[in-house]
Amino acid sequence: MEWQTLAGQLFPDGHAITEQDHFLSGSAQAGGQTVAIIGTTGHAPIGIEIALAQAGAVLRTVQQHPGRPILILVDTQGQRLRHRDEMLGINSYMAHLGKCIDFARRQGHRVIGLVYDQALSGGFITSGLIADACFALPQATIRVMGLPAMARITKVPEERLTELARENPVFAPGPINYLRMGGLQAIWEQDLAAALLAALAETDAQDRRMALGAERGGRQLAQAVAQRVAQGEWQGAGQGAGQGAGQGAGQGAGQGAGQGAGQGAGQETVQAMAQGGAPAVTQTVPQTAGTGGDVRPA
Amino acid sequence: MSSYLELGARQRIPHIFDADTFEEFLPPSARVVSPHLAQLDAPVSFDDGVIVGRGRLGGQPVFGAAQEGGFMGGAVGEVHGAKLVGMLQRAVSEHAHAVLLLLESGGVRLHEANAGLIAVSEVMRAMLDVRAAGIPVVVAVGGANGCFGGMGIAARCANTVIMSEEGRLAMSGPEVIETAHGVEEFDARDRALVWRTTGGKHRYLLGDCQLLVADDTEAFRAAAIGAIAAAHESGAALTLAALQAEHDMLARRLRDFGDAGDPLDIWARLGVPDPNAVPMLEADAFLALAATHRAGPGAGGQ
Repeated sequence: MEWQTLAGQLFPDGHAITEQDHFLSGSAQAGGQTVAIIGTTGHAPIGIEIALAQAGAVLRTVQQHPGRPILILVDTQGQRLRHRDEMLGINSYMAHLGKCIDFARRQGHRVIGLVYDQALSGGFITSGLIADACFALPQATIRVMGLPAMARITKVPEERLTELARENPVFAPGPINYLRMGGLQAIWEQDLAAALLAALAETDAQDRRMALGAERGGRQLAQAVAQRVAQGEWQGAGQGAGQGAGQGAGQGAGQGAGQGAGQGAGQETVQAMAQGGAPAVTQTVPQTAGTGGDVRPA
Repeated sequence: MSSYLELGARQRIPHIFDADTFEEFLPPSARVVSPHLAQLDAPVSFDDGVIVGRGRLGGQPVFGAAQEGGFMGGAVGEVHGAKLVGMLQRAVSEHAHAVLLLLESGGVRLHEANAGLIAVSEVMRAMLDVRAAGIPVVVAVGGANGCFGGMGIAARCANTVIMSEEGRLAMSGPEVIETAHGVEEFDARDRALVWRTTGGKHRYLLGDCQLLVADDTEAFRAAAIGAIAAAHESGAALTLAALQAEHDMLARRLRDFGDAGDPLDIWARLGVPDPNAVPMLEADAFLALAATHRAGPGAGGQ
């Protein structure tokens, strides 16, 4: 969707949003209050300039308009994949943007993310995913990478991934899967202006994504694991299972005994599957051949 | 002296934390594994590639984590991420003195694509919750797999990043970039270029890491203790002034080096007399050189 069309539907009372080099900024009226807008358009790759521009807009909002809600409009193909961006420390620019948004949240700004077109990987992590809550339009595309590229890197046949993606939200792109996993608070089907007002009224600064993922069945372990770690609940069940398997990992309870299980498995597998997967500079380690996550087919 | 680089995550912990003080949360004996790997016929690990827990560091109660580069490159899946988040939450509720993260990760674990992506963002928010509670977060990067992808972003959400010159910190790996834009854009086989672009010395000169140490567990440990004390001194939480200073630093970097073609050009512009010699310098000699040639004041953690 064109951002102008979107802005018209979100803000029937008017807006002053401008676009410069795929960077959106400005303000708009929503239900009698002014909302600060930052975002991107044209499936922009997020390079260091646009990350810094967004961070600047957030800082200015915090300084000049305390408490003003912030709406992040997300349309990105992901982080810009250039040597120059890496050389200049794109991760620092992205982290800076994320920290500015987080700071705004703690200063009492509500921060809402809206994926109105595309959201990918690194471009999403410090925009919609760091908002208080993120929403999407039904036709939005959200993913880490395409299935063909994922197949190449994970060495799992594409047909198998396609088959899995039908039932498992982890592998398939799209807003419904992110909704099930708790990554999205809701999908805005119609009357965007009303949906935005409701979101502004209902959202708070608590990160509830794990709980939502568990409730909705899309991420069944995250919430339980975080809770067990946070509350120290594992002794009972864990010990028994560990002893049953009798692999050394069971008894040591982490006092260095885990090698057998933990690392052994890894050594056989490491073929680099990670998003940023990079070649190991030294040869002392299991190889990390990864071509990395954000590879998209040309 | 013991090489940090050559140790696995489980071996690093007793070298970095005070001896016999680290208690692991949800240890391998609990048998909590990734729910997604089996259907891809990929092996699982009983710690899902990360050790989380609490111990003492310099006598103080410090919570921590160590990512295992030997299991899927340290990449973050659903369980791996949730363990980190749970530990960070507990650090807040138990008023930890600090959190120390020994990061070694390729970022999002592609086998758990969407779940991994959300998990990394949850880790970032949880790290910033810790800082908002006044608890310093310190990151160490010195493993052979580097710290990439979303974890490269997360690292920079810490108060302080400690690197060795062998450590690498960036976002997209060289091979990702080469695949997207060709070998002319970034030759992933050119080890020297990869190192210049992502390695500890370049990151230190630019201000992306605040402390550079030799590849030695004792040096990492001492640096972590110092960084935690310094962060308590200056305040662990984000402030507008610190974010503004970081903003200015990043804007200056773009202005001064935005048209540079190679890190060697950047080092030359920083006034380094013989940029080609930088890769060969030992840590001490490098630090002496860097003392007068690092980018801008306040090239520090925010």
